[in-house]
Formats: sequence, structure tokens, C-alpha cells
Amino acid sequence: MKAKTLYDKLWDAHVVREEADGTTLLYIDRHLVHEVTSPQAFEGLRLAGRPLWRRGANLATADHNVPTTDRSRGIADPVSKVQVDTLDQNCAEFDIVEFGMNDPRQGIVHVVGPEQGATLPGMTVVCGDSHTSTHGAVGALAHGIGTSEVEHVLATQCLIQKKSKAMLVVVDGTVGPGVTAKDIVLAIIGRIGTAGGTGYAIEFSGEAIRDLSIEGRMTVCNMAIEAGARAGFVAVDAKTIDYVRGRPFAPGPEHWDRAVAHWQTLHSDDGAEFDRVVVIPAAEIRPQVTWGTSPEMVVAVDGAVPDPAAESDPVKADGMRRALDYMGLHAGTPITEIRPDKVFIGSCTNSRIEDLRAAAAVAKGRKVAAGIRQALVVPGSGPVKAQAEREGLDRIFIDAGFEWREPGCSMCLAMNADRLEAGERCASTSNRNFEGRQGQGGRTHLVSPAMAAAAAVTGHFVDVRDL
Amino acid sequence: MDRFVTFTGVVCPLDRSNVDTDAIIPKQFLKSIKRTGFGPNLFDAWRYLDHGEPGMDNSRRPVNPEFVLNDPRYAGASILLARENFGCGSSREHAPWALADYGFKVIVAPSYADIFYNNSFKNGLLPIVLNAATVDALFDQAQGSEALTLTVDLDAQQIRGGDGGPIGFDIDPFRKHCLLEGLDDIGLTLQHVDDIRAYEAKRRVEAPWLFK
Repeated sequence: MKAKTLYDKLWDAHVVREEADGTTLLYIDRHLVHEVTSPQAFEGLRLAGRPLWRRGANLATADHNVPTTDRSRGIADPVSKVQVDTLDQNCAEFDIVEFGMNDPRQGIVHVVGPEQGATLPGMTVVCGDSHTSTHGAVGALAHGIGTSEVEHVLATQCLIQKKSKAMLVVVDGTVGPGVTAKDIVLAIIGRIGTAGGTGYAIEFSGEAIRDLSIEGRMTVCNMAIEAGARAGFVAVDAKTIDYVRGRPFAPGPEHWDRAVAHWQTLHSDDGAEFDRVVVIPAAEIRPQVTWGTSPEMVVAVDGAVPDPAAESDPVKADGMRRALDYMGLHAGTPITEIRPDKVFIGSCTNSRIEDLRAAAAVAKGRKVAAGIRQALVVPGSGPVKAQAEREGLDRIFIDAGFEWREPGCSMCLAMNADRLEAGERCASTSNRNFEGRQGQGGRTHLVSPAMAAAAAVTGHFVDVRDL
Repeated sequence: MDRFVTFTGVVCPLDRSNVDTDAIIPKQFLKSIKRTGFGPNLFDAWRYLDHGEPGMDNSRRPVNPEFVLNDPRYAGASILLARENFGCGSSREHAPWALADYGFKVIVAPSYADIFYNNSFKNGLLPIVLNAATVDALFDQAQGSEALTLTVDLDAQQIRGGDGGPIGFDIDPFRKHCLLEGLDDIGLTLQHVDDIRAYEAKRRVEAPWLFK
């Protein structure tokens, strides 16, 4: 039998039918729903008089628009409120399980899914959100879809797809201390570019990836889309199975052994062929900081802002000049001389318990620097927040001068009240440094949680290993 | 969805690479629960000089004269000429909704982000891929003193009216068929209800934990 990649195995197990040209009807095991990309899909179902195909495959939560401050008086912004209320109404009408704004399990959809065991190894997982690639960390085939496809999944439990090409990214060897999953994935994007993964599904492998916790693998898979790949995933190993065990939506004792036996097959076979293989030596990866307006515009913290004049491709050089202008930076400035105005620790990339532990370890016994106007810590979900509070992390952050907030997407994309003002510079653990992403005119530098905390307590970017 | 018919329109050249979905339609406009009305806020942060919010009267806002969409040469443009990796970033379908609502029917670029590319077809918006040299030549023509007008013939897979003669383009036959016929994907899939039921029956036996 031909050696298969993990992608082949995940794909083949979900083919409902395939046309001669490769157009495939692919079955979807889990559909995650949030308030921003679903209202028009539910409306479409109603207009066409179509029922929901399989109620139990869906799980909803409100995350993008929810306030991260006191929620007892509801949502102040009337437009945000309509969107969250609309999700509540749609879930009630179609009888979909929803973790609403005041549910203790509420949180960012990509934190909630794995945390609840609602995303499992071997599943196909989709959501109207590009960071759905996160769920690939447990050995699932997971990718973002648009609202038309959200409606398609609600109505048919399937998607019309063509198979992508397969890429293997090997992070070879081990990373040094202080180098995290975020630094690994930023280094990968810096290497292959923001469109390097377009048309591919990426399997992340190598010792440095296997060494990561499942949470760390989520950080890596989360940003597969920032390299252009809709889906990123990691083979199942003992850590994956330990992670899933006992979670509320995970298989119970009656199916557990059979499920594990299946999950243990979810890795690429020896000799499986990939369309592209990229090998990155882990030892070369240092803590990363983005300097521009695309995640590929990234350097190590001991580097400097690059010079567009040294770029031979004129379109690229023009993009660099535009980015420097937007970011208010000059070529040659050392990264450690850049001083943020705000710090944001949170988002579907970096708001899990180990992210908060890493940031708290840096913040402990220190104070947010005088030049920092605001330092936010936004846990990814209710259970993450509760766990952090049990460990006393909230006290460490508050004592250091950080604000400790309620769970949600928050300042990653500023759909709620948390945002940058024009010209403000932010050290952010989120995933996108696009123009205006964190607020119109806002300037984003993507970093790991430890690096964000280090910037908060020193007032400028600094190699966390030097603290 | 309306059928995609051959049409002739003005080309608007947007000379930037990696144009992301946050630029195409900023997040504050995603709070709408409708599919329409996004056109006036297409490229909002580049197009206007003030900060845009939902509910503003866009006709009274100060426009950025430097932005290509505000150049009188390109008034009423229905073909957007763009650079590589157009539509990168989020999965928000609001991006193709905003482009279509503004009046664009076709985008021409060397490459697109996967999710944006896929979303475009679902909304009758045709994203054409041409090689970088051909795109460069079209930029030269579109940025001249006279606006460039092109005819897009999907059936023949041809763009006509440029200096260098007709330009052919590739497209997936299934996507082409759906656009030309204005087909609804869900309707097509529901023709295979028996296949979906049979798959589910098999999976309930093989992997029963997925059907809790």
C-alpha cells in the first residue's frame, strides 16, 4: 500500500463522493460558530426554508464582540449587541449548544473547542474564522471558511473542496531556553513568507514541534494561515491523547480504547511523499519581533529594522517602505530601541494557561514601565481564567500593573472596546500586524507572551533571556 | 446567485501586494448582520481621511484624493487590478461582499489567498490569475492618462481590449460552470443526500464517538 501523509489519511476518511476532476464532497465532523460570520448563514437557511443537517455537530460561542470588562450590564455598543443577541437567537431557534457571554465556558472559539474536547484527533473541523487552523494541533484537519460555506455546512454537513498540496515543515533539533512556539511559527513565516503556504496544507514536525505542549502546537497551527496555508496540523502522539482524556466532549469509557487505537494511526507513514519540504534548524531560532505590517516582516530581537534599499524586488521594497512609513520606523533602528505604548497579552494565538504562566513568570515582582499606557491580559476562556486565578497569576499581573480582563478576542482585532488609537504602538501576542488591525492607525508588533511581558516591564523590546 | 455574463468595464489599478481583508473591509463594519451595504466602506481606511464607523453618512466624509478608487479616471470601475497575495488574512466573506457591492465583478492578480479566492466565487465575483509579467503590462496600461477598458469573457476564458491582444486565463471547470449558470452550491450538494446519509451510517459504526 502506498505510504500516506497525515493529510491523506484525514482527507480520505472524510470523502463522501469525488468527481472525476477531483472536486470532492467532504464530510465535516465539527462546526464551530461565532457571532460575526454566522448571522447571514442562518438567515440564508431561513430564506431557503432549509433545516439544520446535524444539530450535534455544531458548537457556538460569542467571542469577537464581547466586552472584557464587567459584563453585568451587557454590551454598551448597540451594533455589537445586535450581533451577539442574533447568535443567541439563532442558536435557540436551531437548538445549537451555545456558550453565551455569561456562560463560565465562554471564550475564544479556538480556545474553547480543544479545551472542551469538542475538537478531537481525526476530525474535520471548520469555522467561519481563518484561525480555525489552530485545531490541527490535536491531529485534526481544520480550516477557516467564509459565510457561504458556513451556511453550506449548516445545511449539508459537507463542503465542496479540492485537495490542497501537502507541505512538511520540519523544525529540526531543539530550541534554546526562552524560545517559544510563537517564536518558532514567526520564524517559519519569516522563512517561507506570508504566501509561502498558499495552496498547501502544512504538517508541522520535527523534534522542536514534538517537544511542544498541545497548547504550544496550537500556537504554531494557529498561524499556519499567516503563512497562507488554510490548514496546519501535527501528528498525534501520547501528549495528544493525554490532552484529550477526560474533557467534557471527549469519548467516554465506552468508546475510549477504540478511539485511541484509531488516533494512534494519525501520523504520516514512513516514505510518504510531500509536494514541498522545508527544514528549519531549531537552534537558529531566537525570540522574534515583527517590525512591519505583514507577519513575514519579522526579525530576531537582537536584529534591526531592515532597509528597503537592500531589497532587490521593487514590489517588495515598495511594500517595505509603505510599512515603515505606517509603523513610524526607520531602517537600521535596533529592535530593542522600539518602545511600545500598549501591551496586549491574549488572542486565539496566545491566551492559554501556559501563555499566561510564561507572561506571569516575567511580570512577577516587576512593574509595568512608566511609558506603557495600558497593559492588558485577556484569558482565552472562562476555564483558562479560573485556572489562572487558582494559580494566583491574576494577582501577579495586577500587582505588576496589568489589567486582568474577561475572556474574548479583545484587542487582537478591536471589534469590542479594546483598541489602539492612531499612532499607538503595541507589543501584542496576537497573530496579525496588518494596518489598522488593532485600531485604525494602530501599530502592532507581534511577539510571544514572555516577550510581551518583558516589553511591558522594561518599556521597550528586550530579549527576554537577558532579564 | 446571478449568472456571470460577458461584460466590458474600466480597470482600477491597486498597486500594492499583500492587500489583506482588514484593509478591504475594516473590522468595525463586520458587525452588520446583512450581506449587502458594504460597498461604501470598501478600503475605508485608505479611501477616506477620517475614521469610519458604521452608520456614518459616507457621502459627507472627506475622501483621500491620493487613493486610486477616488481618482476620477477610475469612476465606475468594475475590474480591480491587484498584486500578489490579494485577500490575505481573515476568512470574512464581507471582503468579497464589499468588492461586489461596490460594483467590482472581476479581480485580476498574480495570486490570491486561498479562503478569499474561494469566497469570491460564492458571490459571483471572478478572481482571475495571470502571470506577473502580464499583470505588470496591464498596470502600465491602466495607469496611463486614459483609463483602460477591458472585456471579460468567462465562457471563452479571455480578456480582450488590452494592447497585447486577447489574454487567456485558466479556471477550474466546475467553478466556471457554477458562475456561468449562477448555481447554488447547497442545492448541488443536496442532490447527493443519499451519499451523505450512507457516509454517516458507515461512520457511526467506524467512529461512533463522533456522533455523541
